[in-house]
Amino acid sequence: MSIISEKISPTDQLASLFEQSREILNQGSSPLLNRMREVSFKRFAQTGIPDFKNEDYKYTNLKPAFEKSYRQELVRESGLINLNEVFKCNLPQLDTHLVFLVNGWFYSGNNPVAELPKGVVLGSLEQIANEKPELLQNYLNRQAGLSNDPFVALNSAFAKDGYFLFIPKGVVIEKPIQIINLLSSDENLMATQRNLVIAEASSQVKLLICDHTLTSTSFLFNTVSEIFVGEDALVDVYTIQNHHNQSTSINSAFYKQERNSNLVTGTVSLHGGLIRNNLKVTFNGDHAEANVNGISFTDKKQHVDNFTMIEHASPNCLSNQIYKNILDDESTGAFAGRIHVARDAQQTVAFQRNNNVLLSDKARMQTKPQLIIDADDVKCSHGATVGQIDEDALFFLRARGIGEKDARMMLMNAFAHEVILKISIEPLRERIDELIEKRLNGEISRCHDCNYQCNC
Amino acid sequence: MLSIRNLRASVEGKEILKGINLEIKAGEVHAIMGPNGSGKSTLANVLAGKADYEVLGGEVTYLGQNLLELSPEVRSRSGLFLSFQYPVEIPGVPMINFLKASVNEHRKFKGLEPLTAGEFLKLMRAKKDMLHLDTELTNRSVNEGFSGGEKKKNEIFQMAMLEPKLAILDETDSGLDIDALRIVAEGVNALKTPENATIVVTHYQRLLDYIVPDFVHVLYKGKIVLSGGKELALELEEKGYDWIKNGNEN
Repeated sequence: MSIISEKISPTDQLASLFEQSREILNQGSSPLLNRMREVSFKRFAQTGIPDFKNEDYKYTNLKPAFEKSYRQELVRESGLINLNEVFKCNLPQLDTHLVFLVNGWFYSGNNPVAELPKGVVLGSLEQIANEKPELLQNYLNRQAGLSNDPFVALNSAFAKDGYFLFIPKGVVIEKPIQIINLLSSDENLMATQRNLVIAEASSQVKLLICDHTLTSTSFLFNTVSEIFVGEDALVDVYTIQNHHNQSTSINSAFYKQERNSNLVTGTVSLHGGLIRNNLKVTFNGDHAEANVNGISFTDKKQHVDNFTMIEHASPNCLSNQIYKNILDDESTGAFAGRIHVARDAQQTVAFQRNNNVLLSDKARMQTKPQLIIDADDVKCSHGATVGQIDEDALFFLRARGIGEKDARMMLMNAFAHEVILKISIEPLRERIDELIEKRLNGEISRCHDCNYQCNC
Repeated sequence: MLSIRNLRASVEGKEILKGINLEIKAGEVHAIMGPNGSGKSTLANVLAGKADYEVLGGEVTYLGQNLLELSPEVRSRSGLFLSFQYPVEIPGVPMINFLKASVNEHRKFKGLEPLTAGEFLKLMRAKKDMLHLDTELTNRSVNEGFSGGEKKKNEIFQMAMLEPKLAILDETDSGLDIDALRIVAEGVNALKTPENATIVVTHYQRLLDYIVPDFVHVLYKGKIVLSGGKELALELEEKGYDWIKNGNEN
């Protein structure tokens, strides 16, 4: 006797959903979005959900997350309460231009962003793709479309909305733009969000992106962001990830930098069930600089994987990466950093460092630097460490009267601080220091929904 | 103030202290001398409560309490201070934050309100003036990039801030040039009162020209083999440690 169980694979489930939803997906969307759906889904289906045999996903298993059932919000759902009142951000001292997205959709109740300099466009990708396609057509999917990553392809197949930001040539936005991505649903939810940022030549912008979950349901959040950094432009992008333990978050960010441009990124993973951050920087012009940093804090069974790729396609560019992880309990982490120096990219300077502290015997960290250098006149280095809290430093602090818990906290803060120092918005730096302290104190994990003073 | 009776301790399974007896009263300065490997630093670290050292037996009473039962932080808050032989560098922990936390923990222990930022800075300035320290050290991370001399001066500065009842100076003279040595020694002398006591652990007699001890003890193979007045240090300097070694074996 045999029992044949017919289990439909997540990939097949997504395929049938895609088939059934074609019309809804295309409805109301710009042809710019719709034209990428078919080819992208095919690309996704070829790979499916990767397992450990896929070198790029060796340390992160997304199969269990995709085996749960989720609903998808393929059309904009209204009826949400006023987020501007409900959600009070935990970074109150920050003076920012603030917008919300809910479940991947640009929130229709956003207060209009006044005071933005003339010509700046900040709004719903769906809406702007319909109304001003000329702003997007040379950019949308130009980076992501080249990716082999199955989740990027899946995003392109299902993407309906996200944020769009356009900063015209020479415009400087002084105040940071804060984008709060909220997930809120009564049932388990898979959310797809597609973002596009175009910073034209000599423009300047600082972006602060905060990810939160508002309900305790499971989430699968798949975002793709394409950021174009024009000649001489200065772009900072800081991301604070704060999801609950039943959430899976896959974020793919593609940065393309023109000559003399400067990029700073900082990814602070405070909390989340499983977080995978793909980050790619392509130097498309010479003398550009990218500082790419990240820090994560994990405990229980959380997992954070940062996967970076710096493509030195032009000469005389500089990249500098510092990624750090503090891992407790049975949490796991991964860092894979690839640097490719193309044949003609002489005078490249590329640094990479990954430092990790394991606070328990069961925590695990996988780190994999990878340098592919096809030019001969370059300066490249990488280094990785995995260790414990420095016992001598701990004893020193205790021998000066500082209690063990506080001393540990001080040392962990110090470890994290190198990454925080790279943040150019000073009040944000201070606030993140406080958030980290809360996180290390366990105050953030105590509230399963979110640590913010919202009434949800 | 401190009473050590038959203290035995090991590190990594090897017995280093093999029965130490020592009595220290308020107002006294004791020097502990001895050749390398005799157990001087082990004694200092055991008294401060370092976990790497295992106490095998004996008793240590400090201000009427069983010292060996107290955590390192409680020992510190109770007025015991170890000046480290090798002060550790802690990048990312600003000196000023560390010191403020330390001072306020001591105050809390005594039931005092924490110092405000202004009061703390004022106290720091006063202590710096007293020790003739340059102001730059406190603007950096704890000991990060400090020279050997700066690290030792920084230890004495912390001592001045915390005003310990019992200070243990572990090889404070090692790695110091003569000018730094004088500054450090003058600092220690300036902090001396009839109420506090000091243990100076040193290999060389040199430091004792500046910090004059009331008692000198010679530690050898984990035991105090000789005790005397300050003249014992001079005798040791003259005859060398071989004198002790031979004397001990004969």
